[in-house]
Amino acid sequence: MQQEDLLGTAAAWRMAGRKVALATVTETWGSAPRPAGSNLVIDGEGNFLGSVSGGCVEGAVVSEALDVIAGGKPRLISFGVADETAWEVGLSCGGKISVYVEPVK
Amino acid sequence: MQLALLNALNEERAARRAAIVVTALASGEQRLVKVADVAKDALREALEARLRSGKSGTEETPGGKVFLTVFVPPARLVITGAVHISQELAPMAQRLGYDVTIVDPRTAFATPERFAGIKLLAEWPDKVLPALAIDAHTAFAALTHDPKIDDPALLHALSKDCFYVGALGSRKTHTARLERLKSQGTTDAKLARIHAPIGLDIGAVSPAEIAVSILAEITARLRLGDGKR
Repeated sequence: MQQEDLLGTAAAWRMAGRKVALATVTETWGSAPRPAGSNLVIDGEGNFLGSVSGGCVEGAVVSEALDVIAGGKPRLISFGVADETAWEVGLSCGGKISVYVEPVK
Repeated sequence: MQLALLNALNEERAARRAAIVVTALASGEQRLVKVADVAKDALREALEARLRSGKSGTEETPGGKVFLTVFVPPARLVITGAVHISQELAPMAQRLGYDVTIVDPRTAFATPERFAGIKLLAEWPDKVLPALAIDAHTAFAALTHDPKIDDPALLHALSKDCFYVGALGSRKTHTARLERLKSQGTTDAKLARIHAPIGLDIGAVSPAEIAVSILAEITARLRLGDGKR
């Protein structure tokens, strides 16, 4: 089995008529689980493949991606350390990441 | 990302050619730079450094902050020996993202039944290795135990700057191998690059465990370079 071909999947999904967004880790600070360049591919139904963290912020990235698909404009979002008392989404490992979310048009 | 750009990128990736996507983070403007066009690009220095490291990241440019997504071809693993260890090693290496090729002229060993889904060449290494264009993104493992097959392949791999070269066999076997290769004119510096006995010493016994020890050693060379064990 090969590693997942996320960009191949993104193209295939789009060409099959699905709405698609691509999320890419652009910067990491401290202990972040996935390096810059890591991808998450999301479709308009909220299905996703790949990862931008160890599973900590994927849920939030998927909902941002649905907004991006609806709005058609890319956005850059940041995640810091999780603050459980504030119910904030974040990285329990103590790192920070920026994620660029763009529609595939 | 425009679908046309994504398709062009996927075409480069499929052809094992490096490429970089440049994204202006403020405007979202995006372009694809193929490896052949890097030298004439305005961001040439940054792009070349990124290709060498293989790492994506942000850069400050006169035009603002850009993100460079770097695509270098997946590392390859070339193995001589369609042997039992290879039956475990090849699929594990594929799982790690390696493009795997096995070379073994012994047709009783090199059968598709034993190596489903693996690129298998039932030929002598001298004949087929040159066409594989082995490069610095390639790891090589000699696993046949047969000098007639392994030696010429090792000589070829050492001449091509593979990031990893390993050979199966005990210390005694390896000492004899070094003498043979030296008598054929290979320098001590080149011979010192051969990892033998192959694999990290984790007490591996079964073929699958030996495959893990080999892949651990290859991963270390890929990620840490030649310095650290």
